[in-house]
Formats: sequence, C-alpha cells, structure tokens
Amino acid sequence: MNTIEQDQLLLKGLAESDKKSIETIYRLNYTMIQTFVLNNNGSVDDARDIFQEAMVVLYEKSKATTFSLNCQIKTYVYSICRRLWLKRLQQLSKFSAQVESLEETVPVEEEIEEHEKVNNDFILMEHAMGKIGEPCKSLLDAYYLQKKNMQEISSEFGYTNADNAKTQKYKCLLRLKKIFFAQYKNA
Amino acid sequence: MEDILLLEAVERYLAGDMSFDEKAFFEDMRKKNAEVDQLVVEHTFFLQGLDKYGAIKSFKHTLHEVEATLDEEGLLAAPKLAGKAKVVNFWDKYKRNIAVAASIAGFISLLTLGLMITYTKKYGNQNYQVLVNELNKTNIDVYNLKKNTSALPTIIQKPEPKVDFRGTGFLIDGKGYLVTNAHVINKMKNIYVENAKGQYFTASSIYIDNTVDLAILKINDTAFKAVTNLPYSIKKNNSDLGEQFFTLGFPRNEIVYGEGYVSAKSGSDGDTTAYQLTVSANPGNSGGPIINRNGEIIGVITAKDSKADGVVYAAKSKNIFGLLEKLKKDDAKYELIKTPVNSNLKGLERVQQVKKMEEFVYMVVGN
Repeated sequence: MNTIEQDQLLLKGLAESDKKSIETIYRLNYTMIQTFVLNNNGSVDDARDIFQEAMVVLYEKSKATTFSLNCQIKTYVYSICRRLWLKRLQQLSKFSAQVESLEETVPVEEEIEEHEKVNNDFILMEHAMGKIGEPCKSLLDAYYLQKKNMQEISSEFGYTNADNAKTQKYKCLLRLKKIFFAQYKNA
Repeated sequence: MEDILLLEAVERYLAGDMSFDEKAFFEDMRKKNAEVDQLVVEHTFFLQGLDKYGAIKSFKHTLHEVEATLDEEGLLAAPKLAGKAKVVNFWDKYKRNIAVAASIAGFISLLTLGLMITYTKKYGNQNYQVLVNELNKTNIDVYNLKKNTSALPTIIQKPEPKVDFRGTGFLIDGKGYLVTNAHVINKMKNIYVENAKGQYFTASSIYIDNTVDLAILKINDTAFKAVTNLPYSIKKNNSDLGEQFFTLGFPRNEIVYGEGYVSAKSGSDGDTTAYQLTVSANPGNSGGPIINRNGEIIGVITAKDSKADGVVYAAKSKNIFGLLEKLKKDDAKYELIKTPVNSNLKGLERVQQVKKMEEFVYMVVGN
C-alpha cells in the first residue's frame, strides 16, 4: 500500500472517529511533533495539547465532503502544529516568532482560522451546557448527542411516559438556546 | 407552552417527520409569519452547532482513550536524552538563565534587607533618598583644609572634629535647642553644629522621632551664647497648596538659599505628616527649615525622590510641637523650652529675611 492510499484510508477512518485510525496517526506523527515542541521551548504536555488540537483540525477537515488532502498527512499535521505552537508562543510573548523548523510545511492559515471559530463555538456550547444543570444536561446529551430515542430516555430517566420526557426536553432546550445565544451575542 | 409546541413543530419539520399536509401547512405559516421563519433558521443553526459540538466532544473522548493506551506503551513519554538525565539536560540548557535569576534574586533580597534595616518606615520606597551628606575622603580633606585656613584668624582652641555626615538644623529656642532630621544624626556618634560664622559647638540629641523623621538637639557647649530673640516663628497649622517658601541649608560647606512651593499636602506614599515640595535640594539639605513669606517655618526638608526631578519631601512644622510636647512629658527640665511666637520677618524683602535668618541656621556635622 503506498502512502497516498494509506492516508486516504486513515482520513476516512478519522472521519468516523475510528480508534484504530487515530492510533495509527498518533504512532506515525506524534514523536515528530513532540521533538519539534521540545526543541522550541515547550514541554511534553504542550506537545500533547498541540497534537490533540491538530487532530481535531484534521478531524473537522476529514468530515467536510469537499476536503481532499493535497499533501501527506505528516506534512499537514506538522504544518498545523507548527502554526498552533507559534501562535501560543506569541500569546505567551515568550519569544519573537522565530521557530526552528527543518521540515517541509504547507500554508494552513485558513484552517487555523476556521478551527479557531469552531473551537470558540465549542467552548460556548460547552459553557452553556455546563450552566443548564442536571437533569437537563444529561437529558439533552442523551437525545441530541447520543441520539437515543425518547422511549429509551424516558425509562432511563424515570419519566412516566415519553410525552413527559419530551416536554421536559423542550423546556431544557429552550433554556440552553437562551444561554447559548446570550453568550453568542456577547462574544 | 406555546414556545414548546412551536419548537417541537420546527424540529419535526427539520427532521422531515411531518406528513405531506402538515408540511404544506407549516411552510405556509413560515411564509406568512416572519417570526416562525426566523425561528426555523435559528434552530437549524443551533442544531448544527449542537451536532458539531457532540461530534467534537466524542472525538476528543476517543482521542483521550487512544492517548491513554499509547501512554501506557510509553510512546508519549519524553524522549530519553542521550547520555544525560533530563534534569541535567535542563540544567545545561537553562543554567545561564538560572544563574542570572538567582543572582538578581540574591541581590534584590540583600538590597531589600539593607533598606529595611536602615530605614524602618518610609524609606522602604527606594526612590526615597534622604538628604544627609556623607562626605568622602577628598571632600573631607578639602573641607578640613579650608576650615584650617579660614579658622586661623578666629583662633579656635578646640580640635577640628572629624566629619563624616553633614546636614542642616535650625534653632527653635535661643537657649540652644535645634531641630533637624532624625536620619541626619542617627549615624553620628558625636554631633557638632556650626553656625554661619564658622563656630563649632558640641551638641547632643535629646529627642528623636523616627516616624516623622525629626530630632531635637541641645547645644551643650559653654562657648555658646544664648540668643534672646529668634526672628521667625513656627507655623502650627498646615500650609496650603501652592504656598511659596524659601529654604536655607548646607548642601555644601556654605549656606545655600533655595526657593519653591508646596506641591502636595502629603509626602512619599501618602504620608500625611509630610508635604511634597517642588524645590531643588541635595544631600546636606536635610533638616533645613522651610520658611514662608511671613517668616513662619512651615516644615523641615527630609528627603527627595531620586527618580523624579524636583520632588522633595518635608516634615510638617506642626510635628515639631508634637515632639516638644512628648519631650516635656518625658523630662520636666525641658519645660522651659519656648518656641518663638511672633515672626518679625513679615513684610520684609526676601534678601533681608534671609540675612536675618541665616545666623540661626546651623550646619549639623558629626562622625
């Protein structure tokens, strides 16, 4: 199997959150990123953080139908990590952005920008979810994220019937929306 | 309740759960009612966001699981550094930074300690520079040389005192009581005062108050002849902002005149026992009187800000009365100290005022 085919397979697996694929990408790329971060004033924890973030970027990309990778995953991940790390160093204003780099890179500005937006939304939603409290949080999680049906949910949460659970769910949803959009406008 | 029904309808519409008729009805409603349309758009956006959130959340969860297994295998551990342990490598990499940091820390702690020991209260501010003059060797030689030549005709029998510090003081009672700064005399073992004519008298401190940085000296030299009338008085209440004054002091071997105004009603770090002044002052000016146009002493120069230009601090004159009161309480024999009540400098030209004042301003020296 050549690299291009392998990369395609990995991306496909990644889009489905396939454990095996994620593991393979880790094995193939993590050490390189860790070396890079350690050589540029970072720690092992920093390297892990950065790599995770890059994986999320790659995951978002792999899910987009229009996406086709025109370089190796290795190069792509490296470029993303490099950019992310550079940004973090700038935020810490530790060093003026001269990062030691020997590998080939591809331009990833757009991806990073897009990722920041997604990340921001993610944080807003997580925050709103944290604010609505229980049982709303678990209820919405079960329905919208785990995609369970109302029957299952009503028995799991101890509602007398699915209709009651449904009404409760909509009440919770209204609250979540209210909090989310209030933050969204302020952000 | 209506909100909930509407929301349910929107969700069913978006999920495609509606029957054909129901869908047609709902779409009609969307067209007619902008609010409903808005809700559909908003909810679509929200559900997409929720979906994305869920996807990323579960992806992150998987990532953590993978990380955990790989961590167990040791793949994510820090690389072994060739030959040396991690700490050694860290040390090699950062020893210069650490050395610099450590020496700065050490230096600062020593400096702070020194400052804290030397100056108990307000001298914690490192810009606060007291104005006592510490004379170096050359200065002392020149000083002694000059003294020797100028002192020859007046034939002073006493040996010249050795001078390490110099400040200023002024009489508050003609019987030989002077006021100066506490810090001027704190380091002195022997205190001498010298008047404008160049006569030396031995003196001793009878009261020191470090909080307001003032001290009272008594000339206990038989050669000193009591003065009956001091031309100036001491102000009992606070001065106003902008009040103009002049000073006399000994930043050098000769009396030096200065002018300025009261620029703030408190001193360094909001010290209400002091004023901030705008005037030029130098080491040796400490203890010098500040006299307003009416010939009233309104304060005593104590220190200056070493970083700012012309920012000088002075103890307020009413502190002098506080000191005297405590002194009298401590020892009845000082009951007789009487500060001058009336100033006869009022209405005089500045030059005349200075002329009348200068013989009562003393150089305070010691070793």
